[in-house]
Amino acid sequence: MKKFLTALLFAPLLAVASGAEVHLDKAPVSTDPAALQNGAKLFVNYCLNCHGASYMRYNRLEQIGLSEQMIRDNLMFTADKIGEPMRIAMQRDEAKQWFGAAPPDLTVIARSRASEVGSGADWLYTYLRGFYRDDTRPTGWNNVIFENVGMPHVLYELQGEQRGKVVEHEDSHGNKTKTIQVEPGKPGKMSAEEYDKATADLVSYLVWMGEPMAGARKTIGTFVIAFLGLLFVLSYLLKKNYWRDIH
Amino acid sequence: MSVDHKVDAGRRQLLLATSAAGGVAVAAVAVPFVGSLTPSERAKAAGAPVEVDISKLQPGQMMTVEWRGKPVWIINRTKEMLDSLKKTDGEVSDPNSDKPMQPEYAKNETRSIKPEILVAVGICTHLGCSPSDKFKTGPESGVSADWPGGFLCPCHGSTFDLAGRVYKSKPAPDNLEIPPHKYLADTKILIGDDGKA
Amino acid sequence: MTTKAQAVLDWVDERFPLTSSIKGHLTEYYAPKNFNFWYFFGSLALLVLVIQIVTGIFLVMHYKPDASLNASGVPVAFASVEYIMRDVPGGWIIRYMHSTGASAFFVVVYLHMFRGLLYGSYRKPRELIWIFGTLIFLALMAEAFMGYLLPWGQMSFWGAQVIVNLFSAIPVIGPDLSVVIRGDFVVSDATLNRFFSFHVIAVPLILIGLVVAHIVALHEVGSNNPDGVEIKKKKGADGHPLDGIPFHPYYTVKDIVGVVGFLIVFSFIVFFAPEGGGYFLEFNNFVPADPLKTPPHIAPVWYFTPFYSLLRAMVWPLLGIDAKFWGVVAMGGGVVIIAFLPWLDRSPVKSIRYRGPIYKSMLTAFVIAFFILGFLGTQPPSYAFFGVIPGAPVAQLLSLFYFLFFLTMPWWSKIDKCKPEPDRVTG
Repeated sequence: MKKFLTALLFAPLLAVASGAEVHLDKAPVSTDPAALQNGAKLFVNYCLNCHGASYMRYNRLEQIGLSEQMIRDNLMFTADKIGEPMRIAMQRDEAKQWFGAAPPDLTVIARSRASEVGSGADWLYTYLRGFYRDDTRPTGWNNVIFENVGMPHVLYELQGEQRGKVVEHEDSHGNKTKTIQVEPGKPGKMSAEEYDKATADLVSYLVWMGEPMAGARKTIGTFVIAFLGLLFVLSYLLKKNYWRDIH
Repeated sequence: MSVDHKVDAGRRQLLLATSAAGGVAVAAVAVPFVGSLTPSERAKAAGAPVEVDISKLQPGQMMTVEWRGKPVWIINRTKEMLDSLKKTDGEVSDPNSDKPMQPEYAKNETRSIKPEILVAVGICTHLGCSPSDKFKTGPESGVSADWPGGFLCPCHGSTFDLAGRVYKSKPAPDNLEIPPHKYLADTKILIGDDGKA
Repeated sequence: MTTKAQAVLDWVDERFPLTSSIKGHLTEYYAPKNFNFWYFFGSLALLVLVIQIVTGIFLVMHYKPDASLNASGVPVAFASVEYIMRDVPGGWIIRYMHSTGASAFFVVVYLHMFRGLLYGSYRKPRELIWIFGTLIFLALMAEAFMGYLLPWGQMSFWGAQVIVNLFSAIPVIGPDLSVVIRGDFVVSDATLNRFFSFHVIAVPLILIGLVVAHIVALHEVGSNNPDGVEIKKKKGADGHPLDGIPFHPYYTVKDIVGVVGFLIVFSFIVFFAPEGGGYFLEFNNFVPADPLKTPPHIAPVWYFTPFYSLLRAMVWPLLGIDAKFWGVVAMGGGVVIIAFLPWLDRSPVKSIRYRGPIYKSMLTAFVIAFFILGFLGTQPPSYAFFGVIPGAPVAQLLSLFYFLFFLTMPWWSKIDKCKPEPDRVTG
């Protein structure tokens, strides 16, 4: 027990040793309703089978310009009331058996994946475009920034198949590091540009879903700060007025 | 403080302006705090309209569904039950449903859209208990010898007839509430939304 | 005032010291007229305390301290925070105010403490004010630490795991003590519930009590000022200090300017950068607590990191006891030693304005060391500046300096070449 606790205390030390340098592609995040709607469609069709978004209510999609009827008809597969959250039917323990770990809830995934290396959006954008064939894995897939990921490439039919290539780098000290680079293999339904656009939309949607009030927050914030600016001037003049007697 | 007797107009104006702006700021801050006391999205989702299928509801039977956490009764009244309403007209305190305890479309003799189907919130208008149904008539009901069938609130003894109308001289002041509702199909009711309001 | 209102006031005053309290603490509390920028932070700390209490009251209405999993497999506590953020009208503003308020509290309190170091506010006769202040700082750390567990994210969980395990380093009773604190063998639902209780009831009560004591003690002896001279020594014919002015209205109107200025910065963070770049809301805390998986890099929230660095600096066992224990001693000692300042400082003057070059350089070095320790505390121990200068030995050297600053103060503060203090405050 004692050793375990000591290990915990110094866990950061060990953890860092395993964190290899990663490069993330900059995600072209959009707040355009059309992109968000397309992202929502992709999300509901491809993600919402295994991942839930259990704090996200369907009717909140009205915020990105969809009508209640459109949501009901095109997007609401897992609930029967518009105010219900995006839950999934899959049992967690079964999912754990299939994938090795239960697929995480995706509501705030874009917020949680941020790090010093890049925003959560950048991570997701790189991740969704970084699957490659790896027959040593049970799913047949691996990922450039998430080694030995349990998730198969669900957008496979859109992107097609990528092959991974091990590339060796040598830095100025002569240390060798290995990274995986992907190169195109079998083509999918989409061209590389189309796929990039589709994943960008999906990521934009995930960012939006992570904090749907982010837009309102900034709008309100602008007013609040402008008003406080006015109050600052007034209170400063008042202070000046009182303090002119003090020498 | 004799030196300061003349009013400093500039200071007074500034004081007023700052206080006013400060007051606005405090009021604005109160908005999210008061807002957080109102029903949340979850409460609204739970309070969303409920669809009910009444195709299996036989005459003389009653079913209860939950809407906004409250029991809503749906009663398929028989001919005899409907006839009893005429007899109780003189005994209830608001026979013509003049008080706004129902939508306009249920302000009629039977307090319903279709005469036989009564949809009512099963909460006593006195202090919020849920009355129990007493459909058996006469002494068998355990209410009174000439009981024509209706509801009895167990808390303070208020009684209601089969249209949810409260009897005179009972603690409950009003008839049972009729929720907004509409027929989506012949045997399908949507409770909580009547397409108006 | 109309006679009727006066009559009511008289009635109250005969039974409760209302008018005399207002006089004693506001209209006839004479404060030095030369307060500068640094004197805003006391009233700002009080403002943040109010913000935290009010937002806290409203958050408790919706938050659920429950570690069990809901139907979607998410801990109820974590889900209830997202519920506040999304489903409760205005909930996100209240929550961001509270999370930003936690960091703001420490910013303000650190600056308030630094003011004390600048102008010798801890010196006789204000030793008790300083001790109450140190206790407030300790209570605040406890409050922040326990509050941080409540969102039940990964950082909440593992932060609590690590800190509670610190107590297990205490010889003999340690391991049992940490079990008693957790109420379980790991951080669990029991821990969450008791931390919730402490965070919303016990510690705030202590905090408020200490703040009252802090202010009562201050108003008993009177405020210090940037010149470090006692204004009560020179009184006018009316019995009021010549360099003093009534707190109300002069400092109320001045503090309002400070409050609004602070609120502009505060609102900017709440509305435009609530995550504070991952320092105010850590990214990993958007992942629900998972007792089976430690995140790759755990660091305390920024306000703890200087002391966290002191903890990590101790890597050698001493007197046959684990290094871990000495780490805890260093961290605890780093806070407690602050309380002894009134007796460590032997300088003939209070304010930095009249101190000599030694104090000025030592204080500058101390601040720089504190910042670097804070920065290193956010980084993994393997961190190296520019990739070459290893961070760990730097942190150890600076930790040594941290303690030497205090422990050698009696010597260098005495031999420092001070300038004579003036009789009256200087503008």
